[in-house]
Amino acid sequence: MIELSLHILDVAQNSIRAKAKNLAINIEEQLSNDSYQIEFIDDGSGMSGEQLKKVTDPFFTTRKTRKVGLGIPLLKHTAEQTGGRFEIKSELGKGTRLTASLGLSHIDRPVLGDIAGTLMILANNEFSTEIKYHHKTENGTYIFDTEEIKKSLEDVPLSNPEIQLYLKEMIKENLEQIQISE
Amino acid sequence: MTKIKSLADLKKLKDEVQSKIKLREKGDHPENLVQIKVSMATCGIASGAKETMNYFIETLDNQGVDALVTQTGCMGYCYAEPTIELTIPGKEPVIYGFVDKVKAQEIIDKHVIKNELVDGIIPVNYKTIDD
Repeated sequence: MIELSLHILDVAQNSIRAKAKNLAINIEEQLSNDSYQIEFIDDGSGMSGEQLKKVTDPFFTTRKTRKVGLGIPLLKHTAEQTGGRFEIKSELGKGTRLTASLGLSHIDRPVLGDIAGTLMILANNEFSTEIKYHHKTENGTYIFDTEEIKKSLEDVPLSNPEIQLYLKEMIKENLEQIQISE
Repeated sequence: MTKIKSLADLKKLKDEVQSKIKLREKGDHPENLVQIKVSMATCGIASGAKETMNYFIETLDNQGVDALVTQTGCMGYCYAEPTIELTIPGKEPVIYGFVDKVKAQEIIDKHVIKNELVDGIIPVNYKTIDD
């Protein structure tokens, strides 16, 4: 994955496929302790202790179309190669919390990249999972909430190309105001 | 300094889009629209499926083609990512492999608009999967 936004797109699909009603994606950039933390919190189906043990194994997946599951192992690898850590907690029937901490200034930390595009794809997910993106830096906080957007749009679908283009620009402009690092 | 786009401006855009939607006869009934599903699992994402999906959304909108572009999971053709499933109303769905922007444009020009099959279909006996 060349960008963190691609990791986010990939890992967030797990929450959507776990039929979560709500998925929070929290990013926190901290210069003081050189950390770039990405957190996923969902209220989906969760995992059993047995599944949780295997989740970072690239040869474990719940899919039937193939025998490898690389999304989580790849994010874990990226976190660890930047001097960070990776943690996942889950409870069957309640949901999952996944935290990846990366080294903010580490040379191997990928850039965040096109997070606006990622959020647009996730927002139009097939199970109507609501996405709440929360990006915090020492310059401020930006929140993108699909529930709030849908309320503003009323009966106009979020999948409308004009709306998507507008929202992408809105996310980019707001993030530019607060982001410390790319 | 330019004004940052906000939710208040989104409401204005919503009103414009709403009136355009009402003008269309087909509305948003998926069965009347060309449907494109872009495979968006790890294999697809790592191979550029996001760019392919964005290209379809923007190009079809620019060319005024009513289509529904959505994401789907892994269809099992990881070797040929990015893959897409294209359904023309009333026809069986087909899968195209190795769909970069150039291939996407060819698919739009020939298959979506002229209903001519394009090289790169995998496999011939494909049936859509619900997973």
